[in-house]
Amino acid sequence: MKLVKIISWITLIIFAVIQFFPVNYNQSETIPQTDFMIVNKVPATVYKTLHVSCYDCHSNNTSYPWYNKLQPVAWYLEKHIDNGKKDLNFSVWGDYSDRRKKSKINSIMNQIESGEMPIYSYTVIHRNAIISKSDKEAVIKYMTSLKDSL
Amino acid sequence: MRKVRLTSIMVMALISLSTMSCKDTNKENNNDNHEHSEINQDKMDASNSAMNSNIQNSVEQKVLTNYIALKDALANDDNANAKELGVTLAQSLKSFDSSGFSSNEKLELIDIIEDATEHAEHIGYSDIAHQREHFKILSKDIIDMVAITGTKMKVYEHYCPMYDNKNGGAWLSMNEEIRNPYYGNKMLKCGEVKREIN
Repeated sequence: MKLVKIISWITLIIFAVIQFFPVNYNQSETIPQTDFMIVNKVPATVYKTLHVSCYDCHSNNTSYPWYNKLQPVAWYLEKHIDNGKKDLNFSVWGDYSDRRKKSKINSIMNQIESGEMPIYSYTVIHRNAIISKSDKEAVIKYMTSLKDSL
Repeated sequence: MRKVRLTSIMVMALISLSTMSCKDTNKENNNDNHEHSEINQDKMDASNSAMNSNIQNSVEQKVLTNYIALKDALANDDNANAKELGVTLAQSLKSFDSSGFSSNEKLELIDIIEDATEHAEHIGYSDIAHQREHFKILSKDIIDMVAITGTKMKVYEHYCPMYDNKNGGAWLSMNEEIRNPYYGNKMLKCGEVKREIN
């Protein structure tokens, strides 16, 4: 019994202490001129799909639920978002060269078509981020036309 | 004593939890050596860009050689080998220096190399279907790179019209014979020779 008590205290203390470790929150006040939605004329359905299903990890602005600001969840998310933005950041779309844009569009289409994105660890909590079949088709169609226009 | 051990276990658990990520697989796998052979010295003129230094030339050759090796691994359906070669190719791409080129070529080369590096890195930790998706775009990059840098090796551009829902996919090869990297054993001979380079 005593052991259980000790363990619980230690856990609680560690949990409390790590809350003070700083994390860079991925949030910004303004939408940059290089944002995908500003650079391109995006149809409303595609706009919504990308915002709801992709922007949390692939832009400079994540909308965090409160529990995502708790440690160690926040650390885990920070890493995820860093990786996500490294591969694709919709906020800096305008800064990508045409070659890079085409390359990113290819990957976007492949990932969405195969259902690998948005990843399961995200959709398991954000149920509304699951992309419906018709929305998928709309995104693919839009991305195809965007790629051809480059 | 026991308490100390418990604490350290807890701390370790938390640390490992917080450093978890979906892709930590960038294995350091540097077996590149950076010696540059002098065999190329006499053949400098063969290159499109006369301003190239000899060192730069061999970096380009290395990129091309690594790319071709990767192509062969994919044609052999060898996922593990393709991973290693993706990492190797990414490293050789990173040592590419475009400073000897004209400013237009330089801008394009930097762009190409950046894009190609990303695809090579992805090939370094993906399953084979993904590797092939990335290989398609990587091939375009390498073909565009060769168009600027030229090559002393004789290479062939091959094309498979079936790949990627009939959007097609190209690749470079040292041999005229088709060995399809997009399908491997499933359709090894599918494809055609588009052109000869050099």
